[in-house]
Amino acid sequence: MAVTDTQIEYLEDMATHIREDIIIMLEKAGSGHSAGSLGTADIFSTLYFHIMKHDPKNPDWDERDKFVLSNAHICPVLYATLAEAGYYPKKEITTLRKLGSRLQGHPHRGALPGLEASGGPLAQGISIAAGMAIAANINKKRTKVYCMVGDGEMNEGQIWEALMFIGKNRLHNFTLIVDRNNIQIDGFTEDVMPLEPLKDKLSSFGFHVIEVDGHNIRRLIEAFEETIFEKPKVLLAHTIPGKGVDFMEFKPEWHGKPPNKEEAEKAISELEELRSLGGKITCEHE
Amino acid sequence: MSKGLNKKFHLADNIFDTPDQVPARNGYGEGVVEAGEADENVVVLCCDLTESTRNAKFKETFPNRFVEIGIAEQNMAGIAAGMAFSGKIPYISSYATFSPGRNWDQIRVSICYSMANVKIMGAHAGISVGPDGATHQAMEDVAITRCLPNLTVIVPSDYWETKKAAVAIAGIKSPVYMRFGREKIPVITTEKTPFQIGRADTYRDGKDVTIISCGSLVYEALIAAQKLSDDGIDARVINSHTIKPIDEKAIIKAANETGAIVTAEEHQVHGGLGSAVAEVVAKYSPVPMEYVAMMDRFGESGEPNELMHKFGLDSKGIIKAVKNVLKRK
Repeated sequence: MAVTDTQIEYLEDMATHIREDIIIMLEKAGSGHSAGSLGTADIFSTLYFHIMKHDPKNPDWDERDKFVLSNAHICPVLYATLAEAGYYPKKEITTLRKLGSRLQGHPHRGALPGLEASGGPLAQGISIAAGMAIAANINKKRTKVYCMVGDGEMNEGQIWEALMFIGKNRLHNFTLIVDRNNIQIDGFTEDVMPLEPLKDKLSSFGFHVIEVDGHNIRRLIEAFEETIFEKPKVLLAHTIPGKGVDFMEFKPEWHGKPPNKEEAEKAISELEELRSLGGKITCEHE
Repeated sequence: MSKGLNKKFHLADNIFDTPDQVPARNGYGEGVVEAGEADENVVVLCCDLTESTRNAKFKETFPNRFVEIGIAEQNMAGIAAGMAFSGKIPYISSYATFSPGRNWDQIRVSICYSMANVKIMGAHAGISVGPDGATHQAMEDVAITRCLPNLTVIVPSDYWETKKAAVAIAGIKSPVYMRFGREKIPVITTEKTPFQIGRADTYRDGKDVTIISCGSLVYEALIAAQKLSDDGIDARVINSHTIKPIDEKAIIKAANETGAIVTAEEHQVHGGLGSAVAEVVAKYSPVPMEYVAMMDRFGESGEPNELMHKFGLDSKGIIKAVKNVLKRK
């Protein structure tokens, strides 16, 4: 089904809202991961506001699709998305990482509606998501399972254990999104521990791999909707860490730190400007 | 049947002459099938060890509910969590050295922190796995699971108890770790013996000292108590099959009434049953204690019985510990 320009604009606008929320919550928290959170906002907007079947008023709905964030340190983007979708009151975003908050530094399943898994130690989410996908098949449910992993996270052996399992069982209801931003804490992924040729590696495990610009919502929708019979799918999503906030883009130092008050104000004004332009984010991977 | 055994437990008649010898893992294999028959949500996940972990019968009975993971224990723990979040009751199996040995982080976060209803089965636990040597002798698994919040830890003592525990754990909606060995061990309980998670069972009453044991050492404790009675020492024997939550009442009562405690387990001295008992004793009723356990060293290759004797994990070792503790009483 063709997506209208109005729908795309809505999703782009939502991505900007999500980015603003991320800036607000990280500044208040005083710690947390900025770059990856901002870099994946377009993917989250697309998933939660167009692709996934879910009901924020009924988070345990049996027929829902599920999303698992394996690179769980970028949970501000997930928390922001869940707030925008109405899973919990938006004013609560300012409690991130604070004592008594449902918004733990890394997600705690059961603490907040909409969190399908706990996470933090890398690579655990992909196995959990694989378990959900095979359980859906056993239960004869049409649940689709989406899981995001970071590219640096793919250093972990458990990722490849899970990929083998998903490939072997042809979990066609499973979609992996690789946040390919080329950066991890110690530097560029290809310097720390090379992943390339990543597309070939993933294909060889039995996945249908689609390379996509992680900031082009129209392309993301097409990629999510594309299916190959009896094959699990990977969106190799090229993203820009810090996307949407000029002074954070491509800067590894923003991986694990929050903006201070002044920086947050600057970021918000940039994002507001972006929104006044209809939310258009330029796509450098086109 | 010896005098002094508590009749309400219906223990086997032949304990003190020629007890039946059956591996505890057989009890698991039969119990998990029974659990599967009772609840269609029970599924089994295994890491390329289907026969030796005694999952073959489940696989044959419920082929669509058996998931082969391959040699990937970390992945197994995560997949199990995901299945549990989807309403399943996964039993995951490998050798205890690998699961929970190798996938502890996954058990901690994906399973325990998330309250995933996963049953972790540590097979081939203890030094009695024998010739494979120290790498395969899980002697630390109770310590590394007992410290995890939300996790129940069970060390059943024989075939029947393992079978009953395998069925019972399906009924509690939280994660469980259960360990059992490879070798044939004496069958000391019977089909009629009551079993309840979290309750320590006083198999033999006594007033001079209490031997609290679990797993394969419960039989050795009964033998030791029998021999001690010849020397005029009246030993109480408690089977503390549930290490967590530990039965505090039974321990406090034993400390108050007998004034000395010996613990016996096929596990390292640090962090296992002995530590769990000591935590209770120190807090509520300090009395002298001795530990029969692996004394902070790795095992080695050998026949199971040779190893159990070498490291004092037998009735002789227990008797020695009882005599030592009585000197300090």
